[in-house]
Amino acid sequence: MNRSASSTTDVVDKQSHPMSDLLRMDRMPHIWCSGCGLGTTLTCFIMAVRESGIDEKKIAVVSGIGCSGRVAGYINLDSFHTTHGRAIPFATGLALANPELRVVVYSGDGDLVAIGGNHFIHAARRNMDILVICVNNFNYGMTGGQAGPTTPVSARATTAPYGNYEYPFNIPYLSIASGATYVARWTALHMRRLKNSIAEALPKKGFRVIEIICPCPTAFARRNRLGTGLDLMKYYHDNSIIKHGADPREADIGMTGKIIVGKFLDIERPTFRDFLVENVWPKIGRK
Amino acid sequence: MAGTTSSRKEVRFTGFGGQGMVVMGYILGRAATVYDGNNATMTQSYGPEARGGASSTQVIVSPEKIFYPYVIECDILVGMSQEGYEKHRHNIKPDGILLIDEDLVVTAPDEKTKRIYKIPATRFAEELGRKIVANIVMLGFFSAFADFVSEESLRKAVRDSVPKGTIDLNLKAFDKGRAYAEQIREGSALSSQG
Amino acid sequence: MAEDRRVLTGEHFMSGDHACAEGGLAAGCSFFAGYPITPSTEIAERMSERLPEVGGMFIQMEDELGSMNAILGAAWGGWKSMTCTSGPGFSLMMENLGLGIVLETPTVLVNIQRGGPSTGLPTLPGQADMMQARWGSHGDYEIIALAPNSPQEIFDLTVRAFNLAEEFRTPVLVMSDECVGHMTEKVVIPPKDELEITPRRYTKKKPGEYLPFDFGEDEIPEMVTAGDGYRIHITGLTHDRRGYPVINAEAQDWMVRHLINKILKNKHRIIQLEEINLSDAEVVLVSYGISSRVAHRAMDLAREDGIKAGMLRLITVWPFCDEKIRELAERVKAFVTVEMNMGQVALEVERCACGKAGTYLVPHAGGEVHNPDDIYQVIKEAAK
Repeated sequence: MNRSASSTTDVVDKQSHPMSDLLRMDRMPHIWCSGCGLGTTLTCFIMAVRESGIDEKKIAVVSGIGCSGRVAGYINLDSFHTTHGRAIPFATGLALANPELRVVVYSGDGDLVAIGGNHFIHAARRNMDILVICVNNFNYGMTGGQAGPTTPVSARATTAPYGNYEYPFNIPYLSIASGATYVARWTALHMRRLKNSIAEALPKKGFRVIEIICPCPTAFARRNRLGTGLDLMKYYHDNSIIKHGADPREADIGMTGKIIVGKFLDIERPTFRDFLVENVWPKIGRK
Repeated sequence: MAGTTSSRKEVRFTGFGGQGMVVMGYILGRAATVYDGNNATMTQSYGPEARGGASSTQVIVSPEKIFYPYVIECDILVGMSQEGYEKHRHNIKPDGILLIDEDLVVTAPDEKTKRIYKIPATRFAEELGRKIVANIVMLGFFSAFADFVSEESLRKAVRDSVPKGTIDLNLKAFDKGRAYAEQIREGSALSSQG
Repeated sequence: MAEDRRVLTGEHFMSGDHACAEGGLAAGCSFFAGYPITPSTEIAERMSERLPEVGGMFIQMEDELGSMNAILGAAWGGWKSMTCTSGPGFSLMMENLGLGIVLETPTVLVNIQRGGPSTGLPTLPGQADMMQARWGSHGDYEIIALAPNSPQEIFDLTVRAFNLAEEFRTPVLVMSDECVGHMTEKVVIPPKDELEITPRRYTKKKPGEYLPFDFGEDEIPEMVTAGDGYRIHITGLTHDRRGYPVINAEAQDWMVRHLINKILKNKHRIIQLEEINLSDAEVVLVSYGISSRVAHRAMDLAREDGIKAGMLRLITVWPFCDEKIRELAERVKAFVTVEMNMGQVALEVERCACGKAGTYLVPHAGGEVHNPDDIYQVIKEAAK
């Protein structure tokens, strides 16, 4: 399904995909570029879905707009492709109306923490029952490589031709500060660990965030002379430091330097629904 | 503008925020609709002035459908503050009634309204132990002059509209105002106040 | 759970905002997402108290963008949902009103109109969002908008808005105003079994057979709920019957025509008008919402003076009653549109009158209702 994935995993066959029932094969080929990491992340996601044993009918995927937002269109689950930045509030309504559903928001950094940033922090504050998979490729890829909320300082983008002069968000730090209960970061290289992390987070409750550092060879890498998708994978290999429980304040990502990955947080606190059920409903005699 | 039909009655309660002008309007409207089976429209002034400053509530009562929802000319103006009285005193029908709290409102020397009735509503409320029921004292007083709403309905609506633990106190306040009005009507010493 | 608390059968003395919330509850609303904004806040307050009592869910969102999306999500989660707003909040909801239209999602959006533009008059009335209701989200579409003129009617029309939303699988607007929202009047809520409630039109097709945007002659697709095993894909992109994105002019033509036809082909089931004194009318007032009650007084004044004035009250404002205006234009002298704006629905009246009858407007920038005398003066002018 995805060329960069096929070089790093043995589950992909050139003719058919062993988990094609979880993909909308009638929508292939997908629109993602050669060397893009999104296909890899999607492979990890569907492997995790299968591995989790959760009734697939009861998993819904909500996306916003952008390259990552197209995941909703390829996955063969109930899937909603909403407007730019609004996947989380749409997912909020879906999750509250139908508590049987496991609701996953699968979208990009620009969608989730720029235009959708307010929704992101408030859903985290409420501890809404949503698993957010945030694919971070450091720029707006679909529209040709504009600077975004995660673009490292000094990186070039079509809207930062002299180099980016804004500080980027550190997504694990933002998530934890806002109230998320499960926070992890992996790169598209860490397929097994990423899949395990998704499978671990999927059945949990509360607001969970998994950030995936992802190569964008067409826009971000080309403009910053970072090479091909494979070169970026090599970069992740050489520069990722797996450090569970790391201080998220140390997890900034620059144009050079190390990328701290791993599980930053895994705690429990009452979710929006828990709070209602335990504290509000008894007051009005509701069970 | 042409006058309103006689079956349509227009009331304005005016005072300052916190005196319960809106509650008075609500009780009248509820009595007129839910218990008397008439129609009523209550509107109130909103905005910063509704939080401490002047407060005014209008109620239209009619056995017929009410279209225009606001006071055109008052049948009864209830004044519980000088400011409210002065703002609205020129908007009373020639045969309209002015009801005031005599400790809070001094009528103007050129006041044209003939039918003026005064009650120390706030003082009575203080005597009952709670200044906050002054509006209900006034409502009891009002009930004696408002022939378009039944006293019994007003009492029922008072019951529905005040905090549970204060029903008796509020009904007592209502009765106090009502009794005082009847005293005036019977031509007692206070009848010359008009 | 106390489903019997859902319909507060009986006679109430109730504000328009509260009656709106009760209408939603009576119609089966189980989910409300909103952001406080005057003068619609009392709807949210009432819902925050009442929804938990009836097994529903209330959430105060971080903004109106979130509110509009949350009610769409809840609708696909299987619940009837609504939001309310005013002024700038309505502008923020426009983006995802469009999403609701394109996803063909049944939901209800109430606008208690205040004076604008911008922050404008938070506590005072306006009716200047009528064209925004019609055209406010980008792109071509048709919308359903109802305009109640009393607390009783906002109850009735909120119920109807839910019914129309389900019947046509689309968001429906209740375009009220500060006067009606904050006015308190008698509201009669009928017994539950006397309320006509349209259930969601769920498909009987099996997974694999069902297409989320397939429809028959009436152009109305059937609905499913996430989690029922249909594995639907729903997108705000231009899409085909399967819901799959198709980015070309042909698909666009098919989808946009469908969204428009769905409403226009079914206009007769949507448009509701009140005709007052029209049989002999020479001057027809066209009005809606609170303005219609003020216009009614002006009509009475005109009749007292021997002018044959009548009124066409728009209970449904959108889709517009083109045919009715055309028919009247053949036999009346003039139309006088009374609305609390500088001329919005008046443009529609002018369009449909086609020069066959005079068209007058009594403009008002908002902040208070018209003076009935001002309306009367225009009626006199129109009757000449």
